[in-house]
Amino acid sequence: MIKQPIYLDYSATTPVDPRVADKMIPYLTEKFGNPASRSHEFGWDAERAVEEAREQVAKLVNADPKEIIWTSGATESNNLAIKGAAHFYKGKGKHLVTVMTEHKAVIDTMRHLESEGYEVTYLMPETNGLVDMAKFTAALRPDTILASVMLVNNEIGVIQDVAGLGEVCRAKGVLFHVDAAQATGKVTIDLAKLKVDLMSFSAHKTYGPKGIGALYVQRKPRIRLEAQMHGGGHERGLRSGTLATHQIVGMGEAFRIAREEMASENERIRYLRDRLYKGLSQIEEAHVNGDMEQRVPHNLNISFNFVEGESLIMAIRELAVSSGSACTSASLEPSYVLRALGRSDELAHSSIRFTIGRFTTEEEIDFAIDLVKAKIGRLREMSPLWDMFKEGIDLSTVQWAAH
Amino acid sequence: MSYSTKVLDHYENPRNVGTFSKDDEGVATGMVGAPACGDVMKLQIKVNKDGVIEDAKFKTYGCGSAIASSSLVTEWVKGKTLDEALTIKNTQIAEELALPPVKIHCSVLAEDAIKAAVADYKAKHGEMVETAACKG
Repeated sequence: MIKQPIYLDYSATTPVDPRVADKMIPYLTEKFGNPASRSHEFGWDAERAVEEAREQVAKLVNADPKEIIWTSGATESNNLAIKGAAHFYKGKGKHLVTVMTEHKAVIDTMRHLESEGYEVTYLMPETNGLVDMAKFTAALRPDTILASVMLVNNEIGVIQDVAGLGEVCRAKGVLFHVDAAQATGKVTIDLAKLKVDLMSFSAHKTYGPKGIGALYVQRKPRIRLEAQMHGGGHERGLRSGTLATHQIVGMGEAFRIAREEMASENERIRYLRDRLYKGLSQIEEAHVNGDMEQRVPHNLNISFNFVEGESLIMAIRELAVSSGSACTSASLEPSYVLRALGRSDELAHSSIRFTIGRFTTEEEIDFAIDLVKAKIGRLREMSPLWDMFKEGIDLSTVQWAAH
Repeated sequence: MSYSTKVLDHYENPRNVGTFSKDDEGVATGMVGAPACGDVMKLQIKVNKDGVIEDAKFKTYGCGSAIASSSLVTEWVKGKTLDEALTIKNTQIAEELALPPVKIHCSVLAEDAIKAAVADYKAKHGEMVETAACKG
């Protein structure tokens, strides 16, 4: 008997790896010192642990530990990178570039800067979710301060060509920020080679604890930021606030495990994802959202046409998954990411994101396939749109009474 | 979000799912909503010679609350005259199913479906009536 519900929402968050939890606990009870305390052993122990963790984080992405700044998570890292650079370099211009499918932590930060008088270009991705290099290049202007593009999309898992985009930015003298919250442990990141100036990280998407993240701030050439949090001048003045030693230790250990195990882990996860994909693609009118090649191995975002996403999630309560349809909000708007790919409203409303992880088993995947197949059949029997489709009616030609 | 027991019951065991033959005597259809809004309801009523709704069927594309609302109204309209059916209000549906505020539009849609079905019947039988406007 499989334990239910089955967790297939690893892009929302991951459980803390037991090895990570074990390493964290002593820093809550015995080794509780403040890493900023320079006058005794409690402080020195904590500081040593923080610096070891910084090294582990830096190692995963091939950066210098001095380039890693602790934050509370990727949202804060995105805020610090984008606002910090925009404010510091406003003498150069007031223009920024990003993509419509970015995480809200980037989109809303950009929107805030617009209210401060900055101008932002939101690029539309191609229908596979990827950014077109020519359109990106054309969007960069002489007064552009910074461009921000995520490495791995949280909803559809597509991998942007940040190496190529970085080259373009560097050639044009534009700072390049990359949100890599969904990428660590899934794709290889080599910051010694990438032309990336700022990169955001999160621990809890990679089997570390929630509430801790980091920002990579390149040293050569040196990137300057205006601090968003003021106080004791921690983290070279970029982010004041007492360091959360236990969280930091957890992030370090999680990133160490990611570095050592990602190759074999991704192979296993890819096998499971492909098995899931094979099973679900036997369902009629199932459409994968986002490019299937330029994609992390653990993501499958799929729309089941003529079935509404929230009712499907309700039907498959034995699975913990996400729907692209934000139907629980009063606005009834489908996922803005899927809309930006040009998906029809029906498909955008009918999407389910399956994200597989370290503790997913083959039995769980097989159970999920059988369950989804059965429930899709049941809901389609109830769906007037499915009837119309079967009668050969083109739904886009129907005059709907919008409400 | 969590659903009320009544929503879950109607969702798990929907009443009167299906379609009448279009050529059946006394059958009228109301289809409301739009895929863009995430819900489409089709309500069919079968009206006897005395003007009483003797049977009803539905098909719904939408969330659990939308399915439950349509299932509920198929039960409620049965045995009612057309004019009686028109007195069913969305607030009664919302109350019966304990719908949360964000799901009130599902009950509005169900009320609209009744109005649309009755209007279709009356139009087919020569009575002109105002068609229900979709809102919510």
